[in-house]
Amino acid sequence: MNDLLRPDATQQALQQRVPGLTLTIEGDALIIPADRLLEVGRFLKESEPYRLDYLSNLCAVDFVVEGAHLETVYHLYSMEKKHGPVVLKVRVPRDNPHQPSVVSVWRGAEYQEREAYDLYGIIYDGHPDLRRILMWDGFDGHPMRKDYVQEDQDALEERHA
Amino acid sequence: MAIDEGLKHELRRQGIVVMKLEELYNWGRRSSIWPMQFGLACCAIEMIATACARYDIARFGAELFRASPRQADLMIVAGTVTKKMAPQVVRLYNQMAEPKYVVAMGACAISGGPFNRGYNVLKGIDRYIPVDVHVPGCPPTPQALLDGLMKLQEKIDTQHLADVEWYSRAAPREYPVPRFGPRGLEPQYNPHVWQPPEPTGIYLSSKPKEQKRTPTAATT
Repeated sequence: MNDLLRPDATQQALQQRVPGLTLTIEGDALIIPADRLLEVGRFLKESEPYRLDYLSNLCAVDFVVEGAHLETVYHLYSMEKKHGPVVLKVRVPRDNPHQPSVVSVWRGAEYQEREAYDLYGIIYDGHPDLRRILMWDGFDGHPMRKDYVQEDQDALEERHA
Repeated sequence: MAIDEGLKHELRRQGIVVMKLEELYNWGRRSSIWPMQFGLACCAIEMIATACARYDIARFGAELFRASPRQADLMIVAGTVTKKMAPQVVRLYNQMAEPKYVVAMGACAISGGPFNRGYNVLKGIDRYIPVDVHVPGCPPTPQALLDGLMKLQEKIDTQHLADVEWYSRAAPREYPVPRFGPRGLEPQYNPHVWQPPEPTGIYLSSKPKEQKRTPTAATT
């Protein structure tokens, strides 16, 4: 990883260029406040030294310990500059999981946000077509959440138990 | 009417074959089982290997993989049956012409396999359609699949035309296609095909146990 992309360098650059923004570093990742995500995304995509034009991966995490929250993790690369990754994380509360969609910045986020919505129930405001992608329409709940209780097919095997 | 085995053998040496019509009929059927060309997961790769030159399923007369269920005799359920795929598998089975057979290939098709505890995987295709041969393995080797095919041929050899299911008027051999429900497939199984097994006791301890939550994170 070159020096520019180190989390502390990226943090400095973002805090200078995006007014009123304070970021925290966690490992190799930057924690972005949900309401500033689009500004940060546009800056990283468009500013000259970064040009992070490729969203390689978007995934979600469900944390049930240490201040339970849902987290979306973004891995950004640059096709133009041939560098990366820069890792961003956005945290939302589990009971009201709203955060902005980045489809307007990286078009490739569309299906990945649908998957995270389907399995974790994070609602990406501004997504053009936010509906389930893996489970069927009419499915109840979000199965990758840690408190999801799946149907008990095993109970069949213990019908007299 | 039984013909003396010694006489039968003697006649065969002279080029005369004596057999029951039923035997001839079953010999014809077992020697040209046309499988349906579809695979669901990695087991399909082994099925392809079985069909290729090295293992050559053509030696058993089953090389003609048909792309249409209307022309197939055998459904090889090769791979993980997800809950989302199960209705289509049952529908394909319904569309096959009689007589039809099913081989459940691999741990997933038999029981859900390594995905047995998953929210999205059916715990065995035998909950919805009748399975003739179960081929264990993860995935089964081509030899194992060929062995399963030979087991199926043995089964065909023993069938009597007078009492085969598909000529009887009693049971319609078409099975209801499960629907997508809010929790999973509805119904959870077809009671005409499959019944939950009697309890053995080994599952008893696992039922009331709370699912333990590990503090690590899970990602998509």
